[in-house]
Amino acid sequence: MPELTAAPPAQAPRQGPDREFTVEARSQTRLIARRFVQHRLAVASLVVLVLVVLLAYVGGALWKYGYSDITPDNSVPPSSDHPFGTDNLGYDEFARVLRGTQLSLQIALSVALMATLVGTVWGAVAGYYRGWSDSLMMRVVDLILTIPILAAGALLTKKVQGVGWWALALVIAGLSWPAVSRIVRGQALSLREKEYIEAARALGARDGRIIARHLLPNIAGQIIVVVTILVASAILIESSLSYLGFGVQSPDVSLGSLISGSDTALQGGRWWLFYFPGLFIILICLSVNFIGDGLRDAFDPTQQRVRA
Amino acid sequence: MFAFAVRRLLVSIPVFLLSTLLVFLLVAYGANPLAQLKAKNPPPSQATLDAMAHTLYLDHGLLARYWHWLTQLLFHGDWGPSVQSATDIGHLLRSSLTLTLRLVLLAMVVAVILAIVAGVISAVRQYSKLDYGITLGGFLFLSLPVFWFAILLKQLAINFNNSTGNYFLQTYGSGTPGLTGWSAFTDALGHLILPTVVLAMSSYASWSRFQRASMLDVLGSDYLRLARAKGLRRGRVMIRHGLRTALIPLTTQVALDVAAILGGAVLTETVFGWRGMGTMLINGINSQDTNIILAWLVVSAVIVILFNLVADLLYAVLDPRIRLA
Repeated sequence: MPELTAAPPAQAPRQGPDREFTVEARSQTRLIARRFVQHRLAVASLVVLVLVVLLAYVGGALWKYGYSDITPDNSVPPSSDHPFGTDNLGYDEFARVLRGTQLSLQIALSVALMATLVGTVWGAVAGYYRGWSDSLMMRVVDLILTIPILAAGALLTKKVQGVGWWALALVIAGLSWPAVSRIVRGQALSLREKEYIEAARALGARDGRIIARHLLPNIAGQIIVVVTILVASAILIESSLSYLGFGVQSPDVSLGSLISGSDTALQGGRWWLFYFPGLFIILICLSVNFIGDGLRDAFDPTQQRVRA
Repeated sequence: MFAFAVRRLLVSIPVFLLSTLLVFLLVAYGANPLAQLKAKNPPPSQATLDAMAHTLYLDHGLLARYWHWLTQLLFHGDWGPSVQSATDIGHLLRSSLTLTLRLVLLAMVVAVILAIVAGVISAVRQYSKLDYGITLGGFLFLSLPVFWFAILLKQLAINFNNSTGNYFLQTYGSGTPGLTGWSAFTDALGHLILPTVVLAMSSYASWSRFQRASMLDVLGSDYLRLARAKGLRRGRVMIRHGLRTALIPLTTQVALDVAAILGGAVLTETVFGWRGMGTMLINGINSQDTNIILAWLVVSAVIVILFNLVADLLYAVLDPRIRLA
């Protein structure tokens, strides 16, 4: 792992004692931001993602049909009145896709936040203290990881059916944090041996302070990348559960539950019910994955150079 | 090597016992086997409910129930009664497991081979058009919902079959009953292809990315440069010195992902109408059939533990330092 504190190669600070400090301190963030901006695909993905979010929330509020409004048109193909067509009950598919996107994004972001928080604390504590507490904590993680998320998720979301989208998010987060804690622990294990941690300890800093002020900020890059992976995987898990009938329940809709009825619709020629929600899932996941890739390269440029 | 294998096997036993406890607690919390009976109209009498609770051993404490279930399973091979009295869980499990293992193992082999080839090509030809193509493809499959891809492929196959009049690619079920010999084999193959492609591509995506990264790591290392410098041919260096080391992280990753593949199999089986483990799990959860869900989770835990064991052994084969430690 290269250190984030590496000095910028080209931009040496200008001569003069008064400037040196501020330029050094700022250039770190700017360097990462600049590396990210150079990743054109990641920037384009960021724009796409922002547009999708705006479309879902602003567009969903402005669009003439609500997701639960029944229109007199049944099963009509896409037209200017119904850009994504309607289903056999007369629901406007565009309104439902926007609502589904809102819900899927809400769930995914909540999962990412909760799982990152728990996973980071768990992994940092385990890696920092090592010894028997580390063994115990990581065995718990290993055990949870032996259970397929989809199976446990289906079982638990069946139990909380009808409680609301946040219960679904809680279940998925509860099953996702062990993967985060593994990554954070690995980092913490190597960072705890660094000189600056030793220096902090020698100065009398308490463990909590060392973890919060010295350990975690230096793993931040990794954690941000993990967040993007979590968002993408949470959307896929949520839509899978909803497809199987365990996730978001009618009358509310998610992108997965919209597809779940469209299997037969596709065979009956009503392709718009299948493609539009699916394309939104792919669009969101693809852009989140590209953003994650751009961030990874920005934080850790070691894999970019050709060195063979 | 043998002592290493035995030691690893012994470590797996407590892991297995702990995971049975975990899944038992999970199911005891998550499922209510009496729900279906209670929801019946007219409502059953208290005596009926009590009788059912007694059959399912529910009239005991949690730990007593766990102990009873575990000892029945380990010493008698008995998975316990189902909510539907006609269902024999052991029998159901055997037929489902054969189907699902066929699908999962084949998909894993296909995914691993594809991922290694794509990852190595991508790394060796870094920043070429080919690398960008493979990377973009990988990202696309990483973002595809398994069930959506499955439905799409199914529809494409239906259209293809209808337009060519050749019905080799089957889109529903795992086989046509009543066939024997060669025709049974081709029939099973025709049913197997589409689900395998779906399941393989879902893991191929992340594995090829993984393989590319670890291969790039190795390609930048000093010992590889040394191997080239002392005059070894490029191909030999790549395979014997590069790939061998670069396979170690992938081995771990594949073993870690087995749980996710078993989850993916649930979706694949649902779309393609296979009566395998996935269907068994979904039906079990929908009817809140505790012992069926438990059977699924225990079998999946055993599969995951076995794969981790195999990964550990492979790890030792690939990296001599580990088996000597």
